[in-house]
Amino acid sequence: MDALDLARWQFGVTTVYHFLFVPLTIGLGVYVAGLQTAWHLTGKEHYLRLTKFFGKLFLINFAMGVVTGIVQEFQFGMNWSEYSTFVGDVFGAPLALEALLAFFLESTFLGLWIFGWDRLPRRIHLACLWAAVIGSNLSAYFILAANAWMKHPVGYEVVDGRARMTDLWAVLTNSTALAQVPHVVAASFVVAGGFVIAVAGYRILRERGLAVRPGRRNAPAVQDATVPMRRLPDMWRTSLRAALVMTAIAGAVVAGSGDLSGQLLREQQPMKLAAAEGLRHDTAGAPFSIAPGVEVPGLLSLLAAHDPGATVQGVDDIQARYEKAFGPADYIPNLPVVFWSFRVMIGFGMATVGLSVLGLWLTRRRRRGGTAKPVPGWFARLCVLALPLPAVAIISGWLLSEIGRQPWTVQGELMTAASVSPGVSLGEVAITLAVFTVLYGVLAVAEGVLLVRHVKAGPEVPPIESAPAGAAPARPDDARLTPTLMY
Amino acid sequence: MTTFWFIVIAFLWTGYFVLEGFDFGVGALLPLLSRSEADRRQVLGTIGPVWDGNEVWLITAIGAMFAAFPAWYSGLLSGFYLAVFLVIAGLIVRGVGLEWRGKVHSRREIALCDAGIVVGSVLPAFLWGAIFGNLLFGTAPATVLGGALSLSVAVLHGAVFVALKTTGGVRARARRAALLAAVGALPMAIATLPSVPGRGPAWTLGTALLAASALAAGVTLVWGRREGWAFTATATAIAATTATVFGVLWTAPLPGLTLAEAASAPYTLTVLTWIGLFALPGVIAYQAWTYWVFRKRLTAGVH
Repeated sequence: MDALDLARWQFGVTTVYHFLFVPLTIGLGVYVAGLQTAWHLTGKEHYLRLTKFFGKLFLINFAMGVVTGIVQEFQFGMNWSEYSTFVGDVFGAPLALEALLAFFLESTFLGLWIFGWDRLPRRIHLACLWAAVIGSNLSAYFILAANAWMKHPVGYEVVDGRARMTDLWAVLTNSTALAQVPHVVAASFVVAGGFVIAVAGYRILRERGLAVRPGRRNAPAVQDATVPMRRLPDMWRTSLRAALVMTAIAGAVVAGSGDLSGQLLREQQPMKLAAAEGLRHDTAGAPFSIAPGVEVPGLLSLLAAHDPGATVQGVDDIQARYEKAFGPADYIPNLPVVFWSFRVMIGFGMATVGLSVLGLWLTRRRRRGGTAKPVPGWFARLCVLALPLPAVAIISGWLLSEIGRQPWTVQGELMTAASVSPGVSLGEVAITLAVFTVLYGVLAVAEGVLLVRHVKAGPEVPPIESAPAGAAPARPDDARLTPTLMY
Repeated sequence: MTTFWFIVIAFLWTGYFVLEGFDFGVGALLPLLSRSEADRRQVLGTIGPVWDGNEVWLITAIGAMFAAFPAWYSGLLSGFYLAVFLVIAGLIVRGVGLEWRGKVHSRREIALCDAGIVVGSVLPAFLWGAIFGNLLFGTAPATVLGGALSLSVAVLHGAVFVALKTTGGVRARARRAALLAAVGALPMAIATLPSVPGRGPAWTLGTALLAASALAAGVTLVWGRREGWAFTATATAIAATTATVFGVLWTAPLPGLTLAEAASAPYTLTVLTWIGLFALPGVIAYQAWTYWVFRKRLTAGVH
């Protein structure tokens, strides 16, 4: 174990944690903005209640995305100073643009949204949320463009041992980025969709007095008794169906862009593709193993080249070619991790999307003037139990993507071993790794507890009579919008 | 181009210290200015809508350093490894404390959030001064003095901000806290003055003198209950101090490193300049608008 190993662990731990929270921020933000837009357009109260309910969950999670993101901006310089000095000219630009164009937008307008309920005209207040949400999605674009450059460096030349940018446009329109951005952003919508599906499923069960585990019954919670019951089933059904639609559409985008990424891998990162299948030698008509021993002939070639007979390079042959090109070294990433993360990503992702399609079928409207079917209890249970699936899928996707890139930090240009900070000691990395891991662990548990608590409590009852005397509401009907999202 | 980008980065750091400076001060003073939960909400309400946007000035400054001066970015962050790590840890607990405070249920949990806010405000406020003090002088006393100076100025700046943005008991206590903080900040600021000449370009002596006199003016204005002008004065003092620091760093941003060696190629600096020229005024405009929307003083119980 040396400083390099610990620095890699630190990057892995902090980035995986970061990426547990960020996809939810990206997808849930759009979902909440959609709800508030629906309230704005229709004036129906249940949309407002849903906006505030999911808005609160969004904010609890947003905090973790922000604070774990701060580390990202610093740790390239702290642990990877050789990498930073080599790539800063190219890689730093999208990061600077991310802060300037996306983070300012996101944080400033989110502050306005949280505190602006009774200070801003409704339309402006809604626009603030959209501006914040657009900021989140823009930030995903910039950071993914930077990440794509590590896998497929373009628009640069190496002068005096440092990469020099020659074409910013090429960096921002990197083919790898254009495939990866829709893939990751849509996957974020699947994660958020899965989250809302689970929450709505839980509320449906709870308000019918059902427990998550079959055979048990729960009395409806005390808070719920004060809420007008006739509206509630509709409200959760609405939120459930909206999330099912979001997940199904996003799932299709994930699959399409994933297909595109797979084809780019064959040209740009053949080692990652070979490792994902565990393919040892160059093979025409390469098979795909669903699990070890269960092979579908020609499927890998079909996925990677849209031609079941195409040749896919194998790990050992690429190793030999790389040794010839770059000198002797081990160019093979951790094969079991790459192999399994690929399968878990696809399997868990497809299961989530399958759940959403099933749900859409079960909750469809009957044709002739009939009422909508109630959501079956067993399906609501399934919704709750499926909560971890998309999160596991998206994290597996990152493991495939980043561990599959090893031993390179910049494919073909810079190795991970040459990227680490030379002046930082083993002890220093060990301390920061330990503290970050513990701190993140504690905060993740705290966030989980907070989220569960708020989901259990359900939407707050609008305090119609209790508006404080001094706060003159902008309009009489705004009296019950006394902010619940503030400090 | 290199000089221009050095100025841009100095500007971003200035924005960060002026804006997050009062956030830190407010966070550090939270327990001292409050007698009740309503007070604490009033105090935190002053920074509630804006602190996260203020923090992005730091993220942007760091990102701009990465893009424009990669060797400076990596040398600074890996060189001040543990100090920078503690800054980040502070910002993490402060961020979740601020965001979760209104969403927890028990008094104990609120107290935990408050502890995170206080620790997460004091640590970075001290450490930034210590880091830059060490960078300029490289000695232990300078490190400690730099940290103490930046912490006390942040507390003064934050106290003036609370006094400006609140009414009632909190406002009165904030005014007293500002005068107390000045007792620490002013002598230290004056003590650092003689160390400036001979280090940086001649104009840094001017900015250093401006910083000290703005600080003194700020204290006088708080005494006279002119909080708006006092805030302008403390903000000027922080801006002038940052200008002095970066003026001295101009010749050598890190020991043994020149700006030219650290800089990215002219192409990168040029395209970033064009994007920055369009984007930064927009950012300043909508952040200014935020302060305008939340311009009213906060009264206890109403926020």
